[in-house]
Amino acid sequence: MAILAVFLPLLGAVVAGFFGRVIGDRGAQVVTCSCLGVAAICGLLVFNDIAVWHHTAIVPVFTWIDAGQLKIAWALKLDALSAVMLAMVTVVSFVIHVYSIGYMAGDPSIPRFMSYLSLFTFFMLMLVTSSNFVQLFFGWEGVGLCSYLLVGFWYDRPRANAAAIKAFVVNRIGDFGFSVGIFAVYYLFGTLDFGPVFGGAAGMAGKTMVFLGMHVDALTVTCILLFIGAMGKSAQIGLHVWLPDAMEGPTPVSALIHAATMVTAGVFMVARLSPMFEYAPIALNTVTVVGGTTALFAATVGIAQNDIKRVIAYSTCSQLGYMFFAAGVSAYQASIFHLMTHAFFKALLFLSAGSVIHAMSGEQDMRKMGGLGRLIPITYVVMWIGSLALAGIPPFAGYFSKDMILEAAYASGSEVGEYAFVLGCFAAFLTALYSWRLLFLTFHGEPRADHETLHHVHESPKVMLIPLYVLSAGALVMGALGYHWLVGAGAKEFWGNAIVVLPQHAGIAGAERVPVWVSTLPLVAGLIGIAVAWYAYIRRPSVPGETARAFEPIYLFLLNKWYFDEIYNFIFVRPAFWVARLLWRRGDGTVIDGFGPDGVSEVTGDLSVRASRLQSGYVFQYAFAMVIGVAIFVSWFLFWRST
Amino acid sequence: MSSWPLLSLVTFLPLLGVALILILRGDEAATTRNARWIALWTSLVVMALSFVLWADFDTNSANFQFVEQGVWLPGLHIAYHMGIDGISLFFVLLSTILTPICVVASWTAITRRVKEYMIAFLVLETFMVGIFCALDFIIFYMFFEGVLIPMFLIIGVWGHGRRVYAAFKFFLYTLLGSVVMLLAILAIYFQTGTTDIVTALNHNFPPALQTWLWLAFFASFAVKVPMWPVHTWLPDAHVEAPTAGSVILAGILLKLGGYGFIRFSLPMLPDASALFAPLIYTLSVVAIIYTSLVALAQQDMKKLIAYSSVAHMGFVTIGIFTGTPEGMQGAMIQMLSHGIVSAALFLCVGVVYDRLHTLEIARYGGLVHNMPKYAFVFMLFTLASMGLPGTSGFVGEFLSMIGAFKINTWVAFLGTTGTILSACYMLYLYRRIIFGTITHDDLRAMLDLNRREVAIFAPMIAIVLWMGIYPSSFLHPMQPAITHIIQHIEAARQTAPDTSLASR
Repeated sequence: MAILAVFLPLLGAVVAGFFGRVIGDRGAQVVTCSCLGVAAICGLLVFNDIAVWHHTAIVPVFTWIDAGQLKIAWALKLDALSAVMLAMVTVVSFVIHVYSIGYMAGDPSIPRFMSYLSLFTFFMLMLVTSSNFVQLFFGWEGVGLCSYLLVGFWYDRPRANAAAIKAFVVNRIGDFGFSVGIFAVYYLFGTLDFGPVFGGAAGMAGKTMVFLGMHVDALTVTCILLFIGAMGKSAQIGLHVWLPDAMEGPTPVSALIHAATMVTAGVFMVARLSPMFEYAPIALNTVTVVGGTTALFAATVGIAQNDIKRVIAYSTCSQLGYMFFAAGVSAYQASIFHLMTHAFFKALLFLSAGSVIHAMSGEQDMRKMGGLGRLIPITYVVMWIGSLALAGIPPFAGYFSKDMILEAAYASGSEVGEYAFVLGCFAAFLTALYSWRLLFLTFHGEPRADHETLHHVHESPKVMLIPLYVLSAGALVMGALGYHWLVGAGAKEFWGNAIVVLPQHAGIAGAERVPVWVSTLPLVAGLIGIAVAWYAYIRRPSVPGETARAFEPIYLFLLNKWYFDEIYNFIFVRPAFWVARLLWRRGDGTVIDGFGPDGVSEVTGDLSVRASRLQSGYVFQYAFAMVIGVAIFVSWFLFWRST
Repeated sequence: MSSWPLLSLVTFLPLLGVALILILRGDEAATTRNARWIALWTSLVVMALSFVLWADFDTNSANFQFVEQGVWLPGLHIAYHMGIDGISLFFVLLSTILTPICVVASWTAITRRVKEYMIAFLVLETFMVGIFCALDFIIFYMFFEGVLIPMFLIIGVWGHGRRVYAAFKFFLYTLLGSVVMLLAILAIYFQTGTTDIVTALNHNFPPALQTWLWLAFFASFAVKVPMWPVHTWLPDAHVEAPTAGSVILAGILLKLGGYGFIRFSLPMLPDASALFAPLIYTLSVVAIIYTSLVALAQQDMKKLIAYSSVAHMGFVTIGIFTGTPEGMQGAMIQMLSHGIVSAALFLCVGVVYDRLHTLEIARYGGLVHNMPKYAFVFMLFTLASMGLPGTSGFVGEFLSMIGAFKINTWVAFLGTTGTILSACYMLYLYRRIIFGTITHDDLRAMLDLNRREVAIFAPMIAIVLWMGIYPSSFLHPMQPAITHIIQHIEAARQTAPDTSLASR
């Protein structure tokens, strides 16, 4: 069953990719959607099997790498954690496959698009079901590849190409940390299978190792290295720069990859490795601080953006920050809970945004929208549902999960937990603010689009709307539905051994004991955010402009996303090319060739000219010249090589 | 089957093809056509025979197999001694698989002196296979040096532009290294009284002599790998060589250095290898970072791939000298993977070169529009070159780095940065050639891969994925040989405990 769920998307991708021209656009859509549909059913059955009957298992496929003591198998690990992900990924992916039929209609390369989407799903499923670090890495890089291919899907656009490369390279920087982390795990544990590593983690606590010449706590360094990988994939501050640019891809891609699934892989990884992170408190604190900072940072940038998709992209970044600091305070269950609810409402927001863009003939700038509420009412309503869920207004999904996270952060009692709590509450205010700013700018007020565009505004076809209904239902009920099992009273039984929390860490258990003001503060912050947005964008539309002028440096700072791109360009990108040219022209050209072959040939050429003057006909003189030449060569070589 | 001198057949059968081509008579067109077909069939038969080797190979034994021993110069204790173990087996296979691919790749690209060209390739095959089968230093050296001659001619006669400069640079660099190796072989002969490789492998050389011998071998192998800073012949040689020449250069000749290290330096000179391992690490790490950066700045496709080769071979040298089973097996896989992947990348370059006759990256762009099959093939090998998991490149890099981490975290740390840089330069290259809009009319007129080209790439794609998804077929047969070398080093370490790999 699980094998079907994982490999059917691959089958769909292969058929659509290689036989796209034979089966046509419609054929590719039918094949990939039906493969995903069956996979989704299998995914739900597997979930049922594990959630209800607790049939956890490791399904071996075949040996992968066997070298020295290193033994790695292709295998599917099925436990509560992978079951949640498996069900969520297949369902959301199926819904988005269907949506794509409508959204991509008229595109010249539909089979390619469907094939990439299915291939992505396959890699994502390999990632969540892996039973060892290397298969996790396989899925990890695989989804990165698909992200690259899909961001650059419209390969005629230079910006899309640049964004695609940026996405892959920034992810590779994270993966660099990830792979060194894997090496460290192997060095410490002598295996890369999750089972033995998790079993041995307790015994490894407090041990030191030599890393880059320093004596360091082994687990802390390993976990931080692995977390760098998670930061890259999940767009945490510092390595987040690729995510907003990735919005160059088609909107279904943004919904599936850059909101619901791939970007959450980092959170999944930390939760999966909870048995290791639990014994590395410093690493956990790092996760908390990075997560909390990102949550606030991305939210501040979100309020100043004008591109509808970029606002949602920064919102994703911010919500991922929430998930991370939840994991950082040992509330892994809460972070997976939020991951799941977020997948539904954020995919919903993106797809609704796609519906708006579809209606606006490709326009993404909110300053040119406005007044669309009456023209595309269904999109308007589902966007409201998504925003309410995102802002954490009860009874929508986000309320349950976000509240849980903030309560757990407060309950952890540590300084970093409080840091995350304060930043998270402020970010909750900003979240509501930018969400309603988006809603008001897009759907309310006077239309700002030109006549031609407005004339074409239309509600999306059914094939796009039905997915929106499904996701809306998810955004409505997922929180209330999942609460009991994932973080409530049934959590202990549900998760089983999938997540390990040490008794001294409060985790989700502490969230029940927090004061009332803590559990109401996020809601109040959200409501204030909505009120401010209403005041600034409906009641007094002149306020935003005046504020921006009054605080121009801050506004520019936010508008330019804290100048991360500019700084990186200045520190890394341009120097890299500069150094590259220097090494090539000067290093290879002048130094090595100059003193090496070219220099030598010049010298020998010189010598031979002189030698030819000595052409006296005497053999011993020739021999003498040869000996000298050889001696020079040999001694030069020996000297040069041995230094 | 075992009674057949299978190794000698695989080695010398190509020469039969040479003889057939030589006796060809008739008009120009007919001899040209026949020369191509003879070369193709000869190389295919050799390939089939080499598969028999693989099938009959005992994967549980560390000993040399298919051994043939004949008296040659008994007075000097020089014998005709051939045999393969798990290490050489795959290099033999790599050579016999790449040769027919080269012949097919040159089918229409070479129109001048086709007879001689095919002869050169068949002779080259004999030499290449011979190198990996030889178990006597004199035979090994003959093949090792002999291989330069056809390669020199291929670059010098059928190359482009500054081919003579490149050919001489290539020849001088590699020959100078080899001359020093000859001295080392003589020293070994005087020490052991024979040129038999198996005897020498089990001989305990005194530490001082080991140092000198190691340096002498190093001089030769480092140029072949090539290691920084003796790599500058490679970009020039590649740029001027014809496509098939680049394939053999990248696919086989670069492996001679790695093969030499793993066959001779490490097991025969364990103390010196331990002593010089830090030097190797340093040069390799510099190579990975330095040449990756240089690759980023290239404006010529072949140069870019050539520089990337130097970086990839850096992983090989690190892996070998870790002296760990993971590292050494990783180095082996990395060599085989690079042999296929970089060869395929050069073939990819050859495809567009055949159509447009320029290697300048800026002249291309937007090829995905009219060459979708080509875009797919190129993407696949780009990914393999970047070491994406699921392709052969990943297994090699991952294993060699995991081995390196055990020995020295700095080496693994800095070496792994190569994976970031390789993504940069390969994707940047791919974007400039394949993506974007077509701006030139001559690009729009270019046709997608034809059947012959698909037939070249299909087996290579299969191997790359096979090696990436189920590398056990390759790791398993080489395991006994690698374990044997490591045990041998450990035994030597016990006699000389002061210098050991593990103490670093």
